[in-house]
Amino acid sequence: MKKARIHRKIIYHVIVTIFGLIMIYPLVWMIMSSFKDTNTIFTTAGQLIPEKFTLDNYINGWKGFAGVSFGTFFKNSLFISVVATVGTVFSSSIVAYGLARCKFKGKRILVVAMLLSMMLPAQVLMIPQYLWYQKLGWVNSYMPLIVPYCFAIQGFFTYLMMNFIQGIPRELDEAAKIDGCSYYGIFGRIIFPLMLPVLITSGIFSFMWRWDDFLSALLYINDSTKYPVSLALKLFSDPGSSSDYGAMFAMATLSVLPIMLIFIFLQKYIVEGISTSGLKG
Amino acid sequence: MKKTKQMSIRKKLNTESAAGIICTMPFIIGFLLFMIVPMGISLYYSFCNYDILSAPKWCGLDNYIKMFTDDPKFWKSIAVTFYFALVSVPLRLIFALIVAMILVKSSKASAFYRAVYYLPSIIGGSVAVAILWKRMFAADGVVNKILSVFGFPADFAWLGNTKTAIWTLIILAVWQFGSSMLIFLSALKQIPTELYEAADVDGANKCNKFFKITLPLLTPTIFFNLVMQMINGFLAFTQCFIITQGKPMDSTLFYTVYTYFQSFKFYNTGYGAALAWIMLLLIGLITLVLFATKKFWVYDEGN
Repeated sequence: MKKARIHRKIIYHVIVTIFGLIMIYPLVWMIMSSFKDTNTIFTTAGQLIPEKFTLDNYINGWKGFAGVSFGTFFKNSLFISVVATVGTVFSSSIVAYGLARCKFKGKRILVVAMLLSMMLPAQVLMIPQYLWYQKLGWVNSYMPLIVPYCFAIQGFFTYLMMNFIQGIPRELDEAAKIDGCSYYGIFGRIIFPLMLPVLITSGIFSFMWRWDDFLSALLYINDSTKYPVSLALKLFSDPGSSSDYGAMFAMATLSVLPIMLIFIFLQKYIVEGISTSGLKG
Repeated sequence: MKKTKQMSIRKKLNTESAAGIICTMPFIIGFLLFMIVPMGISLYYSFCNYDILSAPKWCGLDNYIKMFTDDPKFWKSIAVTFYFALVSVPLRLIFALIVAMILVKSSKASAFYRAVYYLPSIIGGSVAVAILWKRMFAADGVVNKILSVFGFPADFAWLGNTKTAIWTLIILAVWQFGSSMLIFLSALKQIPTELYEAADVDGANKCNKFFKITLPLLTPTIFFNLVMQMINGFLAFTQCFIITQGKPMDSTLFYTVYTYFQSFKFYNTGYGAALAWIMLLLIGLITLVLFATKKFWVYDEGN
């Protein structure tokens, strides 16, 4: 009886491990290929471990293209992602506070609008927004990639934070009000600091989404010195601009590195974000 | 005098309704400026002949009429998109549910397993994975190398065949089942163990327990996942745009990619705007249909 249970346990772990290996095989293959001699990547595609580890691909890839190095692309991506994330987290938190704690005329309509903004995806808005930003003179600048996010237009985050604030006891607000705190003071001194976990969760998702965002960069950025990593990588991999697959895989590996680091060190928040609210990974 | 006036303004600003409006002001401005206004502009342009460069010319319903009567690519892209979404989303949910059922048994390694299984869904949307996929399924790519070990022909062009190209995208989508899996995991953990204990007393077997307890209690979660993933499935863009560009012979021409091509490659921007509006209506329709079926199969916790 006991032996059978141990057997079952072993089979369970073996199956789960094998399937898990299949799951991450493509990624491991990419990372390993980036350390192979670029000419041998496809002749030795079936073999995972490189015969000789080389960093040449990273050195060659880092040079980038059209005279712009990947250092610039990474700097651009970091700038866009950080600014847009800070903007979205702050604006969403204050909007969430208004919706969760204050009664006012038109609040219902706003909640519906927020849910609508959750449902309205970027792909549907791609052309409308392009035409509008073109009128505003925002094409080929970072404005379309940053400014909208500073106005809490990602309903997901507002919704997440609203739920969180509703879980904070109202007695705290009342006590602060008696002590002479204004509605804004209550937000700044009490609610906002207590929101830290949900702010981190939102920040992580926002950063990952901005980092991976390809569509808006493709639409709005024409100048190679302004490319974020996602767009640069796509153009780098286009036939004609490079057939150096080693360099391509090296830069692809670097481009997912920030996400991987977040994944490794802040996993708790990601798991919580996905399982409590259905935020997409 | 001045001071009291200042005081009264401050007082007015500190009422509950004023605070509510001021706090939500960023969203009010953002929603109008970045959603309503652009939607309005594009609605207007969808009734125009417009190519970005010259002034729009009103042409009434021409764009919409052309779409439905004189554009085989429009129908093709709708068929491709439906095929992709209707195959990849259920597959992804089934995988997510199976793996969640397996991983819900907690062991020392389960946190690690969980991480391995949902890593793909964290990075799957990136450009890096898209170009990796393209190389993996190339004629000289790793997929063929591995298949040749099992005796299959080693130089099949997965991306060059009208039957298989779409499947590379479906596999990529199914591969990212991790986030649905996490949602299922947390739903599974919320099912009260007393229910299973009671079923044990009644002598139910595993199969019975799954179909009578687990599955019905999961239906709200499945429904939520289904709606969100269907919408996302219909809007898939980046992976198709990078991996196949709609090729070969439009067999992977996603609706979003077609809209992009019309608007920004052929500069039929008015037509593209009309396509975007139809897409919005389609998504609304699908959501409505899904909600209409809800009462037939989703377990209502209220009753």
